[in-house]
Amino acid sequence: MNQTKPGRRVDRRRFLTLAGLAGAGAAAGVRPAAAEATPDPDIVNLPPWTQALGAGVNNHPYGTPSPFEKDVVRREVTWLTASSESSVSFTPLYALDGIITPNGLCFVRHHGGEAEIDPARHRFMIHGMVDKPLVFTMEDIKRMPGRTNRVYFLECAANSGMEWRGAQLNGCQYTHGMIHNVVYTGVPLRAFLEAAGVKPKGKWVLAEGADASAMTRSIPLEKAMDDCLVAWAMNGEALRPEQGYPLRLVVPGWEGNMWIKWLRRIEVGDQPWGQREETSKYTDLLADGRSRRFTFIMDAKSVVTSPSPQAPLHAKGPNVVSGVAWSGRGTITRVDVTLDGGKNWTTARIEGPALPRAMTRFYLDVDWNGEELLLQSRAMDDTGYVQPTKAELRAVRGVNSIYHNNGIQTWLVRSNGEAENVEVS
Amino acid sequence: MSRSARSCAVAGAFLLAFTGLASADAVKLGRPALPEEIKAWDIDVRPDGLGLPEGKGSVSQGEELFQNNCAACHGEFGEGVGRWPVLAGGQGTLKSERPEKTIGSFWPDTSTVFDYVHRAMPFGAAQTLQPDEVYAIVAYLLYLNDVVAEDYVLSKENFPKVALPNQANFYDDDREITEKAFWNAQPCMKDCKPKVEITSHAAVLDVTPDAGKEGDKPAGAVE
Repeated sequence: MNQTKPGRRVDRRRFLTLAGLAGAGAAAGVRPAAAEATPDPDIVNLPPWTQALGAGVNNHPYGTPSPFEKDVVRREVTWLTASSESSVSFTPLYALDGIITPNGLCFVRHHGGEAEIDPARHRFMIHGMVDKPLVFTMEDIKRMPGRTNRVYFLECAANSGMEWRGAQLNGCQYTHGMIHNVVYTGVPLRAFLEAAGVKPKGKWVLAEGADASAMTRSIPLEKAMDDCLVAWAMNGEALRPEQGYPLRLVVPGWEGNMWIKWLRRIEVGDQPWGQREETSKYTDLLADGRSRRFTFIMDAKSVVTSPSPQAPLHAKGPNVVSGVAWSGRGTITRVDVTLDGGKNWTTARIEGPALPRAMTRFYLDVDWNGEELLLQSRAMDDTGYVQPTKAELRAVRGVNSIYHNNGIQTWLVRSNGEAENVEVS
Repeated sequence: MSRSARSCAVAGAFLLAFTGLASADAVKLGRPALPEEIKAWDIDVRPDGLGLPEGKGSVSQGEELFQNNCAACHGEFGEGVGRWPVLAGGQGTLKSERPEKTIGSFWPDTSTVFDYVHRAMPFGAAQTLQPDEVYAIVAYLLYLNDVVAEDYVLSKENFPKVALPNQANFYDDDREITEKAFWNAQPCMKDCKPKVEITSHAAVLDVTPDAGKEGDKPAGAVE
């Protein structure tokens, strides 16, 4: 896997003009003539920040965002769950750009609350079908050879799970916010398994966390030996406590529940362990009453993050349609955007790195005349997978599966710029 | 010696001081895990019964333990309080509008009940129950789901014989076969459909946080 490859060559900046407004639309975004304008007080009056001295360099030893960004926070949907300790908060995707999610805004899913662990007392054990069961301290782990940095998305399998029966939540934070994308620093899990020596009969590993849910998932040994990481840092700093400090498992492209936080144990065995999170949960109930299990991979998916219900359009004329796409099967190769609910599509430009199993940013520059839009995005990956419509998904799976809803999202953008979550025929 | 050749030599000496590059099979880090340490953490129980501790417990013992430790959230008969998980009932609902996924209606393996209760319950007091208590609570849950009779005593010995009704209805991920149509290298770009109508509005339900209004009971949950 090569993560140093630059993103796709950026196309020439392109404006998409809506059909039928070649003449009329021209007036929409025109600047007022200089003669009609009054001087801008924010230019002609001396503001306090230009006059008086600001705070010193270490006013915030650990920096925080501008107070004007106070609304850009994770949010909960309290009716979803019985308690906040076993619940989820959502990433404010509508307010973010680029591909990296800031650590403090990465969505959080706990099953037994946030464990607060002293790294000096944390241990990592490898045992089961191995030649030498081993215990590592955090210090040992950070001395391991083969340290690496990798950008990956982590998406909860239940992301968009509330939308199976129809449009329900107004905002991509809620419909798509169980995802984040950061750069991890860690060591391949393979290095630990090789140090312990996996016996020939070993086919699965069980990963376990040290939190009050002692979260467990069975993972095929093949995946564990392929690209899983034992990580201690995200975006250049120690993992945040809510993301598993001091140690978490990274399982690229696979459902977030498997990325065990507060990782303390890997057991090697010859069959899966039938844990709660891979039987009663994270299995996909289909229309015929049967259920798929081991649906680990997160299929290609995308969403327009702006405009969206929490990020309305403010003016006619030039606007940037912005969104993210990702695929657990590989690299995003193309994202198409429609403004008319899927009649006609235009290929958006992928901007910035397009890395395997990582969030990828796309833009479409438009000239909006104030007509209603039915905005959708459609992701494709390098396996040829094309993000399906919600109708196509429901035709195969019904509406009861909760997990793995990667259907195409529609935003209705009204002529006043406000957006709503809708579905279209 | 040229300048660059000299710096190479210096770098070589530096590497030698660290006795060469480490490789995975030559890792000298970590220490052997002691049997007592493995025993302390290795509490997982597999569907074939591997990992079950010695012990046993009856339905009636389980009933008392359940009322004292579990019923506050799960209800006296496993019917669930508020949004806490329903543990019993729900048979025949998996194809319905609102499937009720309980131990009896959905869960494939009895071992999962033992493993999960032992590892993570009671919520907020995890891993405080003794093996006999866990056997008894699992026996009571099986009784509530009509899997065992009222006088049943569950033990390490008879555990693997207790099967749950929905076990046969799980199968491995087959998306690459049943959803093959999604691998479509040439999606439609122009005139893909004659007309587009809005079929569903989120504003009708209005269950978005901070939306300012009380809405209908929302569908779905994060599990």
